[in-house]
Amino acid sequence: MSTFAAVVLFAGVLAYAVLGGADYGAGFWDLTAGGAERGRRPRHLIDAVLAPVWEANHVWLIFCLVMLWSAFPPAFAAIMTTLYIPLGVAGLGVVLRGSGFAFRKVLVVTDHQRAAGAAFAASSVITPFCFGTVAGGIASGRVPSTGGGDPVGSWLNPTSVLGGVLAVLVCAFLAAVFLTAEARRRHDESLRRWYARRSRLAALVTGAVALAGIAVLHADAPRLLHGLLTRGLPLLIVSALCGLGSLTLLRHASPRAAQAAAIGAAGAVVAGWGVAQYPYLLGDHLRIAEAAAPTPTLGALTVVAAAALLLVVPSIALLFVLHQSGRLDSH
Amino acid sequence: MEPSQLLPAREQMAFTLGFHIILVPFGLAFTFLMLVAEWRGLRRGDRDALVLARRWSQVAAVLFAVGAVSGTVLSFELGLLWPGLMGRYGAAFGIPFAVEGLFFFLEAIFVAVYVYGWDRLPGWRHFWTGVPVVLAGIGGTLSVVAANAWMNQPGGFTLRDGRVVGVRPLEVFFNGAFWYESVHMLLAGYMVAGFLTAAVYARGLRRAGNDRMVRLGLMIPLTMAAIVTPVQIFVGDVVAREVFHREPAKFATIEAVPTTGTHVPEVLGGVYSRGRVLGGIPVPNGASLLSGFRADTRIQGIDAIPEEVRPTDREVTIVHLAFDVMVGAGMYLLALSAWFGLAWWRDRGPPGSRWFPLAAIVGGVLAVVALEAGWVVTEVGRQPWTVVGHLLTRDAVTRSGNVWFFFAATLVLYAAVAFATVHVLRVLRRRWRDSGVDPSDVPYGPARADESAVGEG
Ligand code: HDD
Ligand code: HEM
Ligand code: HEM
Repeated sequence: MSTFAAVVLFAGVLAYAVLGGADYGAGFWDLTAGGAERGRRPRHLIDAVLAPVWEANHVWLIFCLVMLWSAFPPAFAAIMTTLYIPLGVAGLGVVLRGSGFAFRKVLVVTDHQRAAGAAFAASSVITPFCFGTVAGGIASGRVPSTGGGDPVGSWLNPTSVLGGVLAVLVCAFLAAVFLTAEARRRHDESLRRWYARRSRLAALVTGAVALAGIAVLHADAPRLLHGLLTRGLPLLIVSALCGLGSLTLLRHASPRAAQAAAIGAAGAVVAGWGVAQYPYLLGDHLRIAEAAAPTPTLGALTVVAAAALLLVVPSIALLFVLHQSGRLDSH
Repeated sequence: MEPSQLLPAREQMAFTLGFHIILVPFGLAFTFLMLVAEWRGLRRGDRDALVLARRWSQVAAVLFAVGAVSGTVLSFELGLLWPGLMGRYGAAFGIPFAVEGLFFFLEAIFVAVYVYGWDRLPGWRHFWTGVPVVLAGIGGTLSVVAANAWMNQPGGFTLRDGRVVGVRPLEVFFNGAFWYESVHMLLAGYMVAGFLTAAVYARGLRRAGNDRMVRLGLMIPLTMAAIVTPVQIFVGDVVAREVFHREPAKFATIEAVPTTGTHVPEVLGGVYSRGRVLGGIPVPNGASLLSGFRADTRIQGIDAIPEEVRPTDREVTIVHLAFDVMVGAGMYLLALSAWFGLAWWRDRGPPGSRWFPLAAIVGGVLAVVALEAGWVVTEVGRQPWTVVGHLLTRDAVTRSGNVWFFFAATLVLYAAVAFATVHVLRVLRRRWRDSGVDPSDVPYGPARADESAVGEG
């Protein structure tokens, strides 16, 4: 039962990583799109694509928090009392990002737009970085079961920094592929090329960092690396193949296939982490079963998750279908 | 022995909750107003109503975003500030939040479909995409308030050695305080959305005279608020009596009753200090009559609360005054509703008095004040407990880090967000005022390419 709850929780993490990740990545390209004039068109595409879906994508974060604190209360408390700095920053980053984005759409004066846009873009990079360091801290076993761990070392360490950088890069990659596909759907050849170039760049850099990460993990978190290279290996291979695949597909096949491959690439990395860490929730000291809430709570959460499956998934599907068919363009 | 994190953590929780709760009525009830306007527009072919619905949906989109992100911060804070609460009771307390998450998921999805679906989804089909928004708002609010009610009257769990070992989810959710707290909050949300929206258009009434759009923008929300208000006063009275029976300590604090006894007066105002109420206007037998309908109703005093868990004098004063403010505001709003109802009954329109716009503006402000004051009654009135009878606030608080930094950063950020929100709403208003009712603004008309061109600027 507790394993099932952990799987549900992890499914939430995966959904957030992929859907929220693409959102954050869009902010990354927004930040790097250059001056007001040069970056106008790429930014406009981001606005148009994100506006209808960002809030729904971001509820996955709430889902993860709620699942974690209800199903695994002691682990939640331990994480929160240890990693409070990156989590506090991420929490405020979410505010800055969401409101900055919502405001920018309405504002007319370029200066104001720029301020709101800068808030959106900068926090789009900082927030996933923070979440990445949190993942690194948990995975490398720096969160003690009883909480109150090192408030700095738990997230300023090689594995965490690797996690943070990878998170930002994966988000950027996902977003670039999504936006390329979107530009193509809109028959905007120059924008398509603009984003395709960035997809390739992001893929290249992400791959390089991931390879270098092996050395980092070897020195800093050998057990995690071992898990990744044994049980997690198939997933890592899938991820690499999907990453390469999405680049080829971008050029030749339908945009949807490229998007799917990019999702596969990002999702498989995250899933690899989960598999490598199983059966532990924190590092290799707090087992899933030890941290689990009483069975009726897990049962109630299962009911809620099932209801979500029945209600939320079709609704999201409706939203995405309307969105991708251009029926919800944000202007 | 009091952890240094306690004070800033309490302040921060109070501040961020107080911020979030102002946005709640917009996600909850303003969306309902928007649907009423659209319904009217579709049903009667009323262009003005459709334009209004569309504009309101744009406002709702902005405020929903701010509400969503400020709610997310609250979720972080539950862990960052109150790990003692979540670590120990998350297995029970967390369940209502899981249900809330489900509802807000649906709400976020359908808000997007509704807001961005104008022009693209035909008439009634578009209307129906708004209905889940309203229903999910109600469901979400019921669930969060269930969590809060559980803190006041915890139930549905078994403890062994201080650990939650058994949970009965339905008892957790439908706890003793659930029904009255949630109904009271739902109605409050509808009141606040109604009076606040009406206040905005009342300002317009003063300026623009009898512009039809302004009139409609005033009438729809004010009608709703005027219907809800008497119900709310009745419910408030029931709530107070429930608190009297179920949470005698909180009731003693609300009424600032120093010693247990009968023939307890209802003291309006006043400051509680060392077992006495200084100042204030006593209404003889008032509290006894209101709580038990008889002057000899016995009311438990603050002296009956064990000394270790007695609220401080300052807390008693805050709760007592906050209660008076809520009830006072409620009475004002009742009078306003009656005035409006009378005028509507006589000549199907808002009162013609030149004082009416001002009265409506004050009403909008007071509705928010009542909402905030009511929450202060509930939350400060629970002190020193976080989970009544089980967990003291000082044991719930985090022991890590310097919370003042987090609080300061939060204050700065929220100030900026609040400022920007107001600015953005004003930009929207100016845009609408300048454009008048141009054809591109009419829903289901030609696509509004021009307005979006401005947005890209
Ligand atoms: C527009 C807002 C509004 C208005 C006009 C009133 N209230 Fe209220 N009140 C609230 C908004 C509110 C609230 C939504 O802020 C609270 C906080 C927690 C809750 O469930 O509702 C609340 C709480 C609250 C509590 C504490 C409940 C608890 O701690 O469990 C009492 C005893 C009352 N109210 C009583 C009244 C009475 C006797 C009113 C009659 C005039 C009244 N309220 C009008
Ligand atoms: C009585 C108190 C509360 C009520 C009535 C309430 C109600 C609402 C409503 C109606 C929304 C809808 C969105 C909006 O209006 O912007 C919302 C959003 C939200 N609330 Fe609250 N809330 C309360 C307190 C809390 C608390 C204590 C938490 C967290 C611990 C919380 C977490 C959230 C979250 C995470 C969202 C965003 C959901 C989304 O992303 O769409 N709320 N709340
Ligand atoms: C579901 C809704 C809510 C939940 C779960 C909740 C939870 C909490 C928690 C955990 C605390 C800190 C511990 C404590 O002081 O007991 C707190 C304190 C507080 N909350 Fe709430 N709250 C909710 C709604 C609200 C709302 C809407 C307000 C609006 C103003 C509010 C105002 C306060 C205040 C003023 C305090 C500080 C009390 C004090 O320490 O003296 N709460 N709340």
